[in-house]
Amino acid sequence: MEIPKQLIPLEDTPGEFVINVGPQHPSTHGVLHLRIKLDGEKILEIEPHLGYIHRGIEKISESLGYRQSIYLTSRMDYLSAHMNNQACSLLVEKGLQIEVPDRAKAIRILMVELQRLASHQLWWGSAGLDMGAVSPFFFAFREREQILEIFEETCGTRLTMNYITPGGVMNDLHPDFVKKVKALIKQFKVNIHEYDKLLTGNIIFQKRTQNVGFLPRDLAISLGASGPVARASGISCDIRKLHPYDGYEKLDFSEIVMDKGDSFTRYLVRIEEMKQSMHIIDQLIDNIPEGDYRARVKGIIRLPEGEYYQRVETARGELGVFVVSDGNKTPYRIKYRTPNFSNLGALQYIAKDSKIGDLVAIMATLDLIIPDIDR
Amino acid sequence: MSKEELKAYLEVNFPTCKFEDTIDFPVVIVEQGQLLSLLKSLREAPSTDFDLLFCQTAVDYKTRFEVIYHLSSTTFRHDLVVKVLLDDREHPELESIFSIWKAAELFENEIFDLFGIRFLNHPNLRRIILGDEWQGYPLRKDYTDANILIP
Repeated sequence: MEIPKQLIPLEDTPGEFVINVGPQHPSTHGVLHLRIKLDGEKILEIEPHLGYIHRGIEKISESLGYRQSIYLTSRMDYLSAHMNNQACSLLVEKGLQIEVPDRAKAIRILMVELQRLASHQLWWGSAGLDMGAVSPFFFAFREREQILEIFEETCGTRLTMNYITPGGVMNDLHPDFVKKVKALIKQFKVNIHEYDKLLTGNIIFQKRTQNVGFLPRDLAISLGASGPVARASGISCDIRKLHPYDGYEKLDFSEIVMDKGDSFTRYLVRIEEMKQSMHIIDQLIDNIPEGDYRARVKGIIRLPEGEYYQRVETARGELGVFVVSDGNKTPYRIKYRTPNFSNLGALQYIAKDSKIGDLVAIMATLDLIIPDIDR
Repeated sequence: MSKEELKAYLEVNFPTCKFEDTIDFPVVIVEQGQLLSLLKSLREAPSTDFDLLFCQTAVDYKTRFEVIYHLSSTTFRHDLVVKVLLDDREHPELESIFSIWKAAELFENEIFDLFGIRFLNHPNLRRIILGDEWQGYPLRKDYTDANILIP
């Protein structure tokens, strides 16, 4: 059989060989295919092969209206569905110069921060699972389940919400929303100490992640890394601080930046971010303004001719939406600059020269979501 | 630098370029031959210091391609968009910028895969999403899915 030319050539050097991780490997959390060249246990080279769940979202969007294409974005990073919807909505609002009601802005931030909590909780559970600790998974799902229930009551779905729309949000909050969120946050403030007991202070987990998988600051910038991955390498890149949207500028929260850049630091950044998200929710939950939850927007949206770019901070980093409009009801070209695609680029540099066993620890703390890479 | 200062700086240093404005960013349109020297200078000059390539993409305008670079600086926090026009639809080719920003490796692989724009001096140019067997380039406007789909 002829070997296709995109594969790393198998050289006849003693000790060097090529293995495939994925596309169905449990540690890749989706269908990511890595071809890895090894020297014994040492990783020499990694080549990612994508596209196992490429759905052509950018191409499909060219034949859908602006309202319709938002529904597809929930299926990119399915753990940051609210943020993806928000990015598209903000772009449309910028193009049409729509003023969003204060109530809608507050609801959006509450939803987005709850989503960030849920996403980091799932990551925390699966990171433990990747390193052989099974119990964290159940602890993480205990809280995440409550958040998804809250989403289901207000938005109707648990994963692909499509709740944030141009002009505001789809429905008003469920009457029990405030009560349930308060109970959840009160409980999670107690439970997050269990997270520390189970994993942060766990000597096996520490040995697996500390001083493993360094990403230096300069390299992280050059690779365009964002989110917790970049912030663990000392780069301040939180879009909520740099280019505030939906009223983040009025809230008090701090950007978590640490500078060691190893796997354990990436873990710590996310744990601290969960505490900041709870702090944001605390400020808003008693102060949701009264009024409309949505501004009036025409059924068929036509953006004025031109180019638009909108970025938001998802749970994994910077999501950018780039739209070229020719004045029609469908975008001429739409490009999603997704955080996971850029963070994936870091993998081959981080994992080079480390042991094959550490690859799983590195991938766990990069927190890659494959549908977001493939789109 | 603010949007106006950046524009003034570029007009002095790169007089042959054209300038535009979008709602978000200032835009520079550069000739194909000048692209690498412009980007290198933007990256290295201490007063601009564009060290972050946060998005690179292409647009098919039926008669030509546009490759678009979104640049930012982590020190000054200013943004800039650089555009280059490609008139050759049969064999579009462009210099790779992998030597300046490592982020370009995956971005350029994706553009090559979906638009068929070939990047010269790229470390590992391949069809990263669709694979070598795929016929045609889906994000081109003249693409039809009548092509045979190979599993």
